Amino acid sequence: MRTAESITNIKAIFKRELSGYFGSPIAYVFIIIFLLLLGFFTFNIGMFFENNIADLKGFFDWHPWVFMFLIPAVAMRLWSEDRRLGTIELILTLPMTVMEAILGKFFAAWCFIGICLLLTFPMIFTVLYLGDPDLGASACAYVGSFMLAGAFLSVGIMTSSMTRSQVISFILSVVICLFFILAGYPPVLDVLYGWAPIWLVNLVSELSFLNHFYSIERGVVDIRDFLYYFSVMIFFLFVTGVIIQNRRTS
Amino acid sequence: MIEVKNLAKNFGKIQAVDHVSFVVEKGEVLGFMGPNGAGKSTTMRMITGFIPPTSGTAVIGGHDIIADSISARKKIGYLPENAPVFPDMTVFGYLNFCAEIRGFSKRARKRKVEETIEKCFLSKVRFQTVDTLSKGYKQRVCFAQSILHDPEYLIFDEPTDGLDPNQKHEVRLMIGEMSSKKAILLSTHILDELEAVCTRAIIIANGCIVADDTPENLKAKSSVHGTVSLKVSGTDEQALLSSLGQIENVKSADIVDRKENRIEIRVCPRDFQTPIVDRIINTLREKRYEIESLFVEQGRLDEVFRNFTT
Ligand SMILES: Nc1ncnc2c1ncn2[C@@H]1O[C@H](COP(=O)(O)OP(=O)(O)OP(=O)(O)O)[C@@H](O)[C@H]1O
Ligand SMILES: [Mg+2]
Repeated sequence: MRTAESITNIKAIFKRELSGYFGSPIAYVFIIIFLLLLGFFTFNIGMFFENNIADLKGFFDWHPWVFMFLIPAVAMRLWSEDRRLGTIELILTLPMTVMEAILGKFFAAWCFIGICLLLTFPMIFTVLYLGDPDLGASACAYVGSFMLAGAFLSVGIMTSSMTRSQVISFILSVVICLFFILAGYPPVLDVLYGWAPIWLVNLVSELSFLNHFYSIERGVVDIRDFLYYFSVMIFFLFVTGVIIQNRRTS
Repeated sequence: MIEVKNLAKNFGKIQAVDHVSFVVEKGEVLGFMGPNGAGKSTTMRMITGFIPPTSGTAVIGGHDIIADSISARKKIGYLPENAPVFPDMTVFGYLNFCAEIRGFSKRARKRKVEETIEKCFLSKVRFQTVDTLSKGYKQRVCFAQSILHDPEYLIFDEPTDGLDPNQKHEVRLMIGEMSSKKAILLSTHILDELEAVCTRAIIIANGCIVADDTPENLKAKSSVHGTVSLKVSGTDEQALLSSLGQIENVKSADIVDRKENRIEIRVCPRDFQTPIVDRIINTLREKRYEIESLFVEQGRLDEVFRNFTT
């Protein structure tokens, strides 16, 4: 009974938020910037053609960095806007739980990013035309990229629940995302190697979004990587719930 | 019914609401009055489950707003202060969204939304996005949202704020129509509105209830209640006052205003139970004064309000 209701509520919020994206110019601006940036990184910086290897590694390797800036931008309006406009009062006095509202918003943003990812399909065709890439691995990489996006998004939705200012939300979540990326970056780990106990190094590297991203990208489907991403998402969505419960007013 | 039990809210050091208790029964329209910052909106936000109270609770139709929040919220229609509405949605889209969450099936939803759009005079702007609407229309959209699901308990925070006089009238009519089957709690700064729609009024100041009575009884607390105001043509004030002063049961007669050859007088009776209007009329007629107007003061809410809150 309550489950069916929950699904209805999540669906209603989901539809509202998703049409909110496409009802404003944000969506189109975002899609264009996303595609341009990825194209620029892949072809110009990543030297796709010069490498003479027709595979998609050069394309997917850039995803964490592009996501780091663009996903906080997608997420920043999710709660900040409602706080600023006072519409949070409408949402939280409707007969639904805070978690349902959070999930509806989260899935809408995630779905939006999924659509952006699908729009990168010309990349696949280019590579197919030029060579003979491993399509299975590419599919895996897309899934990994989507999971990574979900993890970033859960950080973004948390920071947006903390403040009514979208700018502050954006900056905070870029910083947190950067931390999660850098945690797995060899230079950072190298700094730790000298003195930190090995378990700490392992913990930091385990926390990294990147290591899990690379392992999925390589086409290694390890249930632990998925578990990792889902736990990150559940953790941050849960924190979002706590924040909204406690800071409903200001 | 809506039972408010010992509700209190502190914002840091500010005690916004200080242990407020009252009950709104079905068939009642309870008006909330109070100066700015008295805690009216905060109380309503706690009753609707938006702000968790520091202590106390509210029970709506048997459901506790804290322990059984979802069931309680299903029974409430709420119009928040300043009527927030999602700016990027159309009027139709927004009401449809609300109807979906209120659990109407697809078909019922469409009918319900159309019906509400009609009722709230929104047909003209049905497909306009909310952020292009004027303030009064936004208010109407938010009002529409609150009555969409025909809730048993209605909570309106300044429902006629920003509406034109015709719309104010319509909203009051609607509230009057609904009041027989529902329990309604509304806040307002318009004292006429309180008199027009409310069966009971609560005055709240600094988070405490300072008066809880019918508007008529509140007005009776006014110092001018039961006095007789009259306008008489004539110039001889002293003769007029002394003849009025001699009437049985008249305590005092004072001049309020004088313009050219017209005198405005307030007559205060000694005993409010014994009517004096008849005697005044007879006396004046005997003395051949021309009475321009005469009425018995019902009392002034604004004065009562001021006395209670300052
Ligand atoms: N989120 C908040 N944080 C801190 N103080 C608050 C908050 N919300 C309300 N207050 C304070 O609580 C008190 C009551 O505010 P409330 O909005 O309930 O007043 P009100 O009676 O509705 O006034 P008005 O007639 O202006 O609408 C005020 O002193 C206000 O400053
Ligand atoms: Mg208020």
